[in-house]
Amino acid sequence: MVNTLPALVIIVPLLAALMVAAAGFIDKRACFPVAVAALSVSFLGAAALLVQVVNTGLAIEYRFAGWAAPMGIVYVIDHLSALVLVVITAVSLVNLVSSKQTIHREFADKEGAFISLYVLFTAGLIGMTATGDAFNLYVLLEIASLSGYALIGLGKARAPLATLNYLFLGTIGATFYLLGVGYLYIATGSLNMADLAAILPGMKDSGIVLFAFIIMLSGLFVKMALFPVHGWLPGAYSQSSSAAAGLIAPLTTKVTVYIMVRICLNLFSVDYTFHQLNVSDFLVWVAIATIVFGSLSALAQTDYKKMLTYIIIAEVGYMVGGFFLGNRMGMSGAILHIVNDAVMTLCLFMAAGIFLWKTGSEERGDLKGLFGSMPFTMAGFVLAGLSIIGVPPTCGFFSKWYLVSGGIAAGQYAFVAALLFSSLVNAVLFFRLFEISYFEPFIDHHHGSDDGGGHGGAGAVIQEAPMAMLVPFLFVSIMLLVLGIYSGRIVTNIIHFAIPAGVI
Amino acid sequence: MKLIGKMTILLCGILLIVFANKFPEFGDPHSPASTHLSPYYIEHTMADTAVPNMVTSVLADYRGYDTMFETTVILTAGLACFFLLRLPEEEEKEIYFRHVPTGVTIRIEECGAAPEDSDVFQRIDAQWVPRDIIIRSTSRLLMPFIQIFALYVVAHGHHSPGGGFQGGVILGAAVILFAISHNLRTTVAKISETSAAIMSAAGVFIYAGTGALCVMLGENFLNYGALAPLLGTDRVMARSHGILIVEIGVALAVMSVMIWIYYNLSSAGKQDEGL
Amino acid sequence: MDFLTVLISRANYWAYIILMMVGLYAMIAKNNLVKKIVGMSIFQTAVILFYVSIGAKQGATIPILRHGPVPEGGGIAHAALRHGTDAVQAVNYINPLPHVLMLTAIVVGVATLGVALALAIKVYKEYGTLEENEINQRLRRG
Repeated sequence: MVNTLPALVIIVPLLAALMVAAAGFIDKRACFPVAVAALSVSFLGAAALLVQVVNTGLAIEYRFAGWAAPMGIVYVIDHLSALVLVVITAVSLVNLVSSKQTIHREFADKEGAFISLYVLFTAGLIGMTATGDAFNLYVLLEIASLSGYALIGLGKARAPLATLNYLFLGTIGATFYLLGVGYLYIATGSLNMADLAAILPGMKDSGIVLFAFIIMLSGLFVKMALFPVHGWLPGAYSQSSSAAAGLIAPLTTKVTVYIMVRICLNLFSVDYTFHQLNVSDFLVWVAIATIVFGSLSALAQTDYKKMLTYIIIAEVGYMVGGFFLGNRMGMSGAILHIVNDAVMTLCLFMAAGIFLWKTGSEERGDLKGLFGSMPFTMAGFVLAGLSIIGVPPTCGFFSKWYLVSGGIAAGQYAFVAALLFSSLVNAVLFFRLFEISYFEPFIDHHHGSDDGGGHGGAGAVIQEAPMAMLVPFLFVSIMLLVLGIYSGRIVTNIIHFAIPAGVI
Repeated sequence: MKLIGKMTILLCGILLIVFANKFPEFGDPHSPASTHLSPYYIEHTMADTAVPNMVTSVLADYRGYDTMFETTVILTAGLACFFLLRLPEEEEKEIYFRHVPTGVTIRIEECGAAPEDSDVFQRIDAQWVPRDIIIRSTSRLLMPFIQIFALYVVAHGHHSPGGGFQGGVILGAAVILFAISHNLRTTVAKISETSAAIMSAAGVFIYAGTGALCVMLGENFLNYGALAPLLGTDRVMARSHGILIVEIGVALAVMSVMIWIYYNLSSAGKQDEGL
Repeated sequence: MDFLTVLISRANYWAYIILMMVGLYAMIAKNNLVKKIVGMSIFQTAVILFYVSIGAKQGATIPILRHGPVPEGGGIAHAALRHGTDAVQAVNYINPLPHVLMLTAIVVGVATLGVALALAIKVYKEYGTLEENEINQRLRRG
């Protein structure tokens, strides 16, 4: 009996997306439950896969259409991909559950299309994570990108323009990746990652392989918004609706970083990436530039959602820099940060969604007095802020600790300094937000939504977000603590096996 | 911007040219691309799938999983265009008609009885364009032939160039030709947006559902061999038939998504007169 | 190596590089959004050309096995069948894999084009123009 779980994890969301697309034209009420059910099944499947992989310690292979690699397409679930799969499905599920009302309010007629695109986006990311075929990755990347453009494109007034820019850059990135796959194909004649990994060590000195490496990574850097090519991210994310931002902001950049890790470690070997080519120092410097730039730009924003988008850019710098430190500590930190940052960003964007729902604005000044009126939400927000700053015992501290010790071990003191600088900036940013929302009195800006009761001027009246938004949000913020407490176990039981033995 | 553009393409161009020098020559039969993986497909396609057209067998069987997502990409584009552009249908307060023999434009207010859209009374949105009898009749005459050819392309993909994508596009083009030669309203009255949307989801569903059926029969996803007992043939022929089934799904999806995208793009989401 | 030989023996690569650079330049330097979209299409098409040209093989025929009645004097690919040996020789058929891959890339290109045009229509509705400098002026004015 074949283990069908790897197929199930992606096929169930795909089938559900098709049903939701049709249901959007027949009976809209069916859309939401179907999507939630499918994502739950997918999440449970991913969790089961993770448990299996951890227990057996072996990668699970699934052959689509029954053809063995390299003839057919295979999925390979190992420690790393199982971990990322769990994160993707969990983030997507929680965000969908929490944004039921916003979706209903913002996209009344197009609810079906929105949910269908939402599930397709998730399916695309799941496929990118699980696939063992370099070309299949491109197809799934495009599914995730196209549905992402659509989800972001219907937001505020400037969203279409920002999304069009995102589309241009995203297409350049994806096409570069495709070109890189073509170069590998012309050099080796294969598309399967494991097969490529077996052939490539024999042609270390080939210029074609070198160029394939360069162009694939440049394509991915565009997609993950590394420093010189980050321009699309703040505009696109800050203009999108909160339901879409809560899905796309935590996942897109992280999954792209994961793809980079996968390509560097499992396609071109560790030996090629770190010893044959001398690019890692250069890339660490690019990452440092990204961190510094992201933090400084975040400091300049008054719109808190835009501020969060610049923090995302800085976090991309953490992960890329940590990975290219090239030692076990740094890589563990980078991979752990993929998980932690996805959850932290989700938490922050959910909070932003609740604030937008409450105040109708995304200006920092409009957070006044929210501690009084929404104590639970603000408690969660404080946790998320502390985690981004990196205060123990939240999870942000642990991944930063790994990254910093990796930086010291590698002698990259500039990277360590950039990390500390960025933490300091985050502290300034978030304490300013806490201050505004704690000390200044609440002013009701509430317009445009139906439950406009409770004009509590002094903020004494507790008026929380609806339960459907609040409960998932609090769950995520508690997860920040849980992840922090268990991060040691995650590293020793999962991430340790994801990094090849050659890395010290 | 012009300077940045020139510098980027200069840099990329030089890099690409330098590395292209290392490529095997055009049409070299000994290049790795021609010797590593592809010979397997060429030499085993008949034995494995009984499909002489290797492009079809690789597309829908060896790499059928890719193709399923390719169809999904198309559906995503259709959904995206709908999601981004479609405007809610408004109650029409006033409708304009033109009485063709006299050239008089009449306005019908709310609750007024509108005349049938005919050769005498014609609906006007922005401007009135005379209906050209030659264009209309020619495209009407052409349509059945285009559609028959499209069905041939879909069905004959096993043996000659063709398949679901190509046939689906031709089918969609026939409907778009109708929409251009008549107008969008007439077309929407024949194939509504709802049916186009449901058909496109159904097309992908045929593909993914076939795959899921194989899982239910205890084999790997999209392993058409599992369908052999259902189809009453041996495993190799079952693969051949399985490919035909998914190609039909692809054709359905591609056709209806083409129509759907055309509806939304040509009228900027209003779905009135169109181009 | 002789310059002319290099030029001719790798003509496919030069063609794709030129096309790709034309597309990239249009995407970066053009002011009009539709021109940028056209550039994007050219850019993607260049990669398609690149892949398809990898599949070419000298002296080989299209990747469809000869079946049914064999005509007199068919191409070399049919020689094996005519002489009574059924074995299919890989050298006689061009590589089908790049064609399959590019079918996917074409579809992706069309889908991206559709979404890009939809976004361009929305931009036009919002600002009444598709020229980037005019849009930026409007944004600066508030």
